[in-house]
Amino acid sequence: MHEDAVEPVAPAAPPVPRSIEPERTPLHATHLALGARMVPFAGYAMPLQYPAGLLKEHLYTRAAAGLFDVSHMGQIALRADDPAEIARALEALIPADLLGLAPGRQRYGLFTDASGGILDDLMVARLGDRFVLVVNAARKAADEAHLRAHLPASIQIEVLPRALIALQGPKAEAALAPLAPEVAAMRFMDAREVAVGGVPAIVTRSGYTGEDGFEISLPADAAAGIAEAFLASPEVLPIGLGARDSLRLEAGMCLHGSDIGPSTSPVEAALSWAISPARRGSGARAGGFPGAARILSELDAGPARLRVGLRPETRVPVRPGAPLFAGADDDLPVGTVTSGGFGPSVQAPVAMGYLPRALSDAGRQVFAEVRGQRLPLVVTRLPFVPAGFKRG
Amino acid sequence: MLRFTDEHEWLKLEGDIATVGITTHAAEQLGDLVFIELPKVGAALKKGEAAAVVESVKAASDVYAPVSGEVTEVNPAAVDDPATVGSDPQGAGWLYRIRLSDPGAMDGLMDEAAYAAFAK
Repeated sequence: MHEDAVEPVAPAAPPVPRSIEPERTPLHATHLALGARMVPFAGYAMPLQYPAGLLKEHLYTRAAAGLFDVSHMGQIALRADDPAEIARALEALIPADLLGLAPGRQRYGLFTDASGGILDDLMVARLGDRFVLVVNAARKAADEAHLRAHLPASIQIEVLPRALIALQGPKAEAALAPLAPEVAAMRFMDAREVAVGGVPAIVTRSGYTGEDGFEISLPADAAAGIAEAFLASPEVLPIGLGARDSLRLEAGMCLHGSDIGPSTSPVEAALSWAISPARRGSGARAGGFPGAARILSELDAGPARLRVGLRPETRVPVRPGAPLFAGADDDLPVGTVTSGGFGPSVQAPVAMGYLPRALSDAGRQVFAEVRGQRLPLVVTRLPFVPAGFKRG
Repeated sequence: MLRFTDEHEWLKLEGDIATVGITTHAAEQLGDLVFIELPKVGAALKKGEAAAVVESVKAASDVYAPVSGEVTEVNPAAVDDPATVGSDPQGAGWLYRIRLSDPGAMDGLMDEAAYAAFAK
């Protein structure tokens, strides 16, 4: 048997030499005790799945609550005497309204490059007079270097050696509130410093599943105890990277390095909503971020291509890298699938990819080539499952 | 005669026809299966070429033909409910039957004890 995607198959890969052994998160021993299958991911040993298996983990998160160790992600604190100085400096790197980000709120943002590509996507939270960023694990070192190269010396940059736990799903609040009653009052994209089980934590009401839920930043040495307290609740199951990926795909969320990257602009990636009105052509602080010329002109004139949702019309999953064709017999591809697999909640294959804008209207049929066959797919609005965010 | 390959397939030979499937060990490693593609009845398979595809939520894996021959039957239950292959890969979740073009082709394959040691 031969694997062409992420999951490892027997026999196990040869042991990694000690010098490049993956790092361990503060929950490593917890994962092993839970029987997780560990895989190297972005330099860390991470749980791919637990004994329940990917399908059950996925469905449990949508029905009740799932606990995810996302401690591999980068947490970066920015401090300065004047918080507006931090906001202004970040606005020079991110096309979002960060001067307007109120204390206790969080916003999705993008580090763009001079050609309008996406260096990384991230969360920016404002907590009192400091900002806390959460960035992708594989981009952590690059993002830190990017900040050090561009922020003025008056802003202190600290990579926080903290654990990060996500609790996601309709029962997430019920699982967290007994340890932190204040979270019941939080709404989507709120950020608060609260005690969780007596431990000082940063809690945001956000996540990467399309469900209501929280991300909880904790001191590393307290994380396992808090995680085990959550897992003691029958409503909470531990969830591995496998289901994390299928959940975010159904939610229509981008994976940096697959769906977005330096070769895709925010407008092409259908992330125009992350470009705040204040930073657009007629806004109060229009432009002033890397790649603004291209990005603002694409906002006006429309991009050449667009990220879209794709529903395969057969049962065959269509995987990342599959070329897309306008017609079943066309010679030249017009686009590529960037994420794809089986959607456990949709109970069918789901995918995302890029198509020329003229072919990107919902309902249009296109074709993917899989193992030499042309299979029909329908362009579909994202997300594949309705979001469960607590916006009220 | 039950034999195993180092690609984690099993073959059960009865007369000149072998039933082929993936091993319990392989099924455990693959996780929940959601799609199975099988060869066509009558197809002539060459040893080592992709004969079937088993797909989990995350990944597609080729199942290579462990011997050369002609496909005589495929398992509709595997296609209709891929979970059958995950839950009973060495029983109800068999994949296809093949008439061996060379009856000696099973010779070099592992018996159950050798495979158990190999997959450990």
